[in-house]
Amino acid sequence: MLTLTCPYCGIKAEETELAPGGEAHLKRYGPGSTDAEFEAYLFARKNPKGVHFERWRHAYGCGKWFLAARDTATLQVFATYKAQNSHPPAEVVAAIQAARPGWQPDWPQNASDESPKA
Amino acid sequence: MTQTGPFRLPAGGRLIDRAYQLPFRFDGRHLRGLVGDTLASALLANGQMLMGRSFKYHRPRGPISCGVEEPNALLGLGQGGRFEPNQRATTTPLVAGMVTSAQNCWPSLTADVGAVNNWLYRFFPAGFYYKTFMYPRGFWKHVFEPIIRRSAGLGKAPTEADPDKYEQAYAHVDLVVVGGGIAGLSAALEAGRAGKSVWVLEQTPNWGGRTPADHADGLARIDAALAELRALPNVTLRRNTMATGLYDHGYLLAREALADHDPNAGIPRQRLWRIRAGHVVVATGALERPLSFAGNDVPGVMLASAVRDYIADYGVAAGRSIVVVTNNDDAYRTALAALDTGLSVPVIIDARANAAGALPEAARARGIRVLTGSAIAGVKGGQSVEGVKICAQSGSGEVTEEIAADCVAMSGGWSPVVHLWSHCGGKLNWSETESFFAPDPNRPPTGADGKAMASCTGAASGDLLVAAATGAAPESATMPVWVMPAHATRKMKFKMWLDFQNDVKVSDVELAAQEGYQSVEHTKRYTTLGMATDQGKVSNINGLAVLSGALNQPIPATGTTTFRPPYTPLTFGTIAAEARGDLFQPLRKTPMHGWHEARGAYWEPVGHWRRAYCYPKSGESHADAVAREIRAVRAGVGTLDASTLGKIIVKGPDAGRFLDMMYTGMMSSLPVGKCRYGLICNENGFLIDDGVAARLSEDTWLVHTTTGGADRMHGHFEDWLQTEWWDWKVYTANVTEQWAQVAVVGPKARELLERLGGMDVSPEALPFMGWVTGEIAGIPARVYRISFSGELSFEVAVPANRGLELWEKLHAAGADLGITPYGTEAMHVMRAEKGFIMIGDETDGTVIPQDLGLGWAISKKKPDYLGKRAQERSHMTDPDRWKLVGLESLDGRVLPDGALAVADGVNANRQRRTQGRVTSTYMSPTLNAPIAMALVLHGPERMGEVLEFPVEGQESYKARIVDPVFYDKEGSRANG
Amino acid sequence: MAEALANISQVHDLGMIQIRADLARAGDAIAGAAGLAIPAQGMTVSDGTRRLGWMSPDELLLVLPRAELADTLAALNDALSTEHALALDVSDMRVAFRIQGVGALHVLMKLCPTDLAAMPVDALRRTRAAQAACGIWREGDGYVLIGFRSIADYLQGILTGAAMPGTGLEPR
Repeated sequence: MLTLTCPYCGIKAEETELAPGGEAHLKRYGPGSTDAEFEAYLFARKNPKGVHFERWRHAYGCGKWFLAARDTATLQVFATYKAQNSHPPAEVVAAIQAARPGWQPDWPQNASDESPKA
Repeated sequence: MTQTGPFRLPAGGRLIDRAYQLPFRFDGRHLRGLVGDTLASALLANGQMLMGRSFKYHRPRGPISCGVEEPNALLGLGQGGRFEPNQRATTTPLVAGMVTSAQNCWPSLTADVGAVNNWLYRFFPAGFYYKTFMYPRGFWKHVFEPIIRRSAGLGKAPTEADPDKYEQAYAHVDLVVVGGGIAGLSAALEAGRAGKSVWVLEQTPNWGGRTPADHADGLARIDAALAELRALPNVTLRRNTMATGLYDHGYLLAREALADHDPNAGIPRQRLWRIRAGHVVVATGALERPLSFAGNDVPGVMLASAVRDYIADYGVAAGRSIVVVTNNDDAYRTALAALDTGLSVPVIIDARANAAGALPEAARARGIRVLTGSAIAGVKGGQSVEGVKICAQSGSGEVTEEIAADCVAMSGGWSPVVHLWSHCGGKLNWSETESFFAPDPNRPPTGADGKAMASCTGAASGDLLVAAATGAAPESATMPVWVMPAHATRKMKFKMWLDFQNDVKVSDVELAAQEGYQSVEHTKRYTTLGMATDQGKVSNINGLAVLSGALNQPIPATGTTTFRPPYTPLTFGTIAAEARGDLFQPLRKTPMHGWHEARGAYWEPVGHWRRAYCYPKSGESHADAVAREIRAVRAGVGTLDASTLGKIIVKGPDAGRFLDMMYTGMMSSLPVGKCRYGLICNENGFLIDDGVAARLSEDTWLVHTTTGGADRMHGHFEDWLQTEWWDWKVYTANVTEQWAQVAVVGPKARELLERLGGMDVSPEALPFMGWVTGEIAGIPARVYRISFSGELSFEVAVPANRGLELWEKLHAAGADLGITPYGTEAMHVMRAEKGFIMIGDETDGTVIPQDLGLGWAISKKKPDYLGKRAQERSHMTDPDRWKLVGLESLDGRVLPDGALAVADGVNANRQRRTQGRVTSTYMSPTLNAPIAMALVLHGPERMGEVLEFPVEGQESYKARIVDPVFYDKEGSRANG
Repeated sequence: MAEALANISQVHDLGMIQIRADLARAGDAIAGAAGLAIPAQGMTVSDGTRRLGWMSPDELLLVLPRAELADTLAALNDALSTEHALALDVSDMRVAFRIQGVGALHVLMKLCPTDLAAMPVDALRRTRAAQAACGIWREGDGYVLIGFRSIADYLQGILTGAAMPGTGLEPR
């Protein structure tokens, strides 16, 4: 049973205090998107063995959604960070690479700023 | 010797108190034991070696161990609700008045009819069940299965509720040491001195593990360690606490026995500790392995360490004339201990060619005959040991000598207890020199930080002697002996037990290998090796070695089976703890719950809520009550407790924009003071909730959700606000329970509210789909004029603490109007009479609003809302989607819920084609006729057509497709 | 029979106001209207009759005598009128229990997965008690636990059960 630290309230919560929300950093496609874009948004999930980014809600706590970078095989938690990020921020990438030296981000590197995407 | 049995030794037994005798019963026999005894030690002292029967062959069995690994001595304990099957006699403390019974035997332990299986063992080989019960097909159901069901299974399940209490507790500890032996206590001292918070868990009532029994100054060493630990305030020592499993991120479960010994103590029987450990030190010791020789399951053949423990701990002799058979030095301790207490040791049979260590020399010096390079060819005796036949270990079993004895102490070497290490991924290495699997410190189970969350010490790490702490002298090497003798005949292998409880023998594993089973996991399932209640504690390694031998490959190549929690079985009560009876779930009650209860409400669970389904009067059926309630509402006035409806405040400059994304309809254009019905879809386009929203002010809406949807929808809103549109200025609050809400419904509803007074509820002041605030009967209230029944209807919301007051005032004022409380079923029927959909009835997670004729609630102007893109997908716009219609039963019978309308022909799976499904179906008291709603292929275009609904064992139902609005199609009644 | 581990009593007449706002922007206005300083993360601030608790980065809970609720809510709404903020009376949707006595911590350790032993006086933790969401703050020689009103009986039941005499968590 996992423990994750909520980046909003600083509480080290255990899994029974959290609600899982699946893969993080999905880009929403709405009306006007192609069938392929929409299908990928709605259905395609990475499900990697290894580094993964996922959504968690501190449900029995402050109620905030946050994101976790985690190894799905060893359950090592590299970092937890706020949900208001379109991509994992640089310090999360650094934490992952410190533990998994060969690992490389799979998103465009110039896009890893924290600007809201609305 | 004493009153507690002929096998109680005159002296010794560090755990018993000879001053206090305890009476108990075993299979009807009245016996006596001593304080400190286990059930097994007390029975052995009384000469009761036979304690059970094996599972498959019903072989007579005695205990082979003195601890948790016991596969044989499983008893039923207690009576009535406290009856517990499969309790290990070797770990169960004796309690005065204990009533115990043997298992797996009928009519009695000594004359068991099932033992016929034993004579037929050649016909019950590995995989017997798979091979035998295949054909003819019908035989399985009618012949084999009933017989197997009657004879299979270990102990009986209790038939009454468990009267005991259980509890759980959480702890957060820097370091947890599992195992209170010398290694665990040493580790705890080291960490305790360093100032860490330390817990030490010991599964038995006694500290010290094997050290007091095995080492001359062992007890003194343990006492010294305990004294220092007890003086450290940061160290907690817990006895009777068994660590059952180690899970992700240092989550350790441990069961503390609080009142196992005393059901009348008035406290919980057991406590399950849910520990978050910074690090776990596994100091769980090692378990001795049996040797595989013919007849190794005869009662009286025991592990050498167990024979020694019964002597040292309980002053009990497992026999008077004890033959020791071993492949290592340690078993010589048993011979010496037996000799010290005046028992006879006619011979030590050592499989090794040489036995020249200190212990063998000590045995020889005491005059014990030591036969090296030797083996047991067979055990004489059926229900008890009468002697052994001796042969050469290197041969095929030619008997050289027979020796009389009543006990055989066997030792096949030791295996570290690596369960906790392995539960969460710790890896093992095979030691060729020691012949065991030991933890690989380089491949530990890892925690949240990626570092080792557990480490092993002492015997559990492979350091069997723990010489650093015990001062034990080195011993000579253990010789791997997996079959005794090495070239035993096939006939002998039929009598060599690996898994004692499940009756898996060397011959079975070899047969499995011969039949092509190469994976240990497959062999395990095929033969049931290691699948007994001891989970392979005594059988795993021997079975694995025999399989490897049969496959002619080294043991590591065959692998090891996975260890899974719990280490020893947990009773369900401990897992459930307080969650039973009234506290099984948090039961949600509205402010008017007590009123409903006092009026005899029949409850319907809705989520965790309890809602009144109907209020049956004395002698009235539920159906009659529902019909009466509906007629009362349609003719006069009724009240429904609608407090459970979800109520969410949505506030902020972007609230309108946000709600336009959440709902399919337009909420931003709703005027202040008005209400609007809305639909919520998920991104897949499917309808997930509905309800009425009210605009409270320029920037504030209150949205109603379904009863079950309140928390879900609030979470849904917050999800999108926090993770997608986080720059939108919107706050939400789930205020469901702040308000009690009463639906006042029926043609006389307005008259009733006017009687209470305080608020103008005239059609002018409060038109349909409007809301007002003020006071009713002196209670602050918000009144919504919305209707789910088609009648004139007001939903009155007041602060929850005043809900009951409002409800009672309504009923007092409306008595002469025939005011009637109505329940959820009347509500359901009335909404169906009006053709209103119900989330969960008309929707099932695959239905979109367009299927339900709810296109009018979908904004065509909005560029986007959740689900809009999905509803444009080809499958969603397919004209062949089933659509909502009403159904009129042709013969007056109420259609069965969920019934399928059949079409011509069959599908690709040769099943009858279908063209529709009943989603709601009721007897309408208003129309005095059955009504139903259904999703039907091209339904709205097929008005008047008749569909057929076949139901097994009944005449097919036939129903005509009609408009889903059955009652008051013009909608005039809502205006009163 | 021995005594219960702790005294469990329901606290009546508590007023509660839920406040949502950008605390960095609106903190002073809230503090002024509430009459209490803004608490640090995970903490509460109390003057003996009122208590202001930190619930999340943009949420506070003001607990006060019921009689003072209406005026204070009005003052808060007034003070926050120019902000994007939310102040709501949530008194009726909550139930509060005081858990007092030497065994109070043990009672909660049986129900809550959180490390309450490490929680300082005046700290507030939102967690669960058995199967129910709750908030807990440490006050005097005990704790106050708040939960939803609909499950008052459940909360009373689990707290009373956990306080059963003779069931302290000390090693035996």
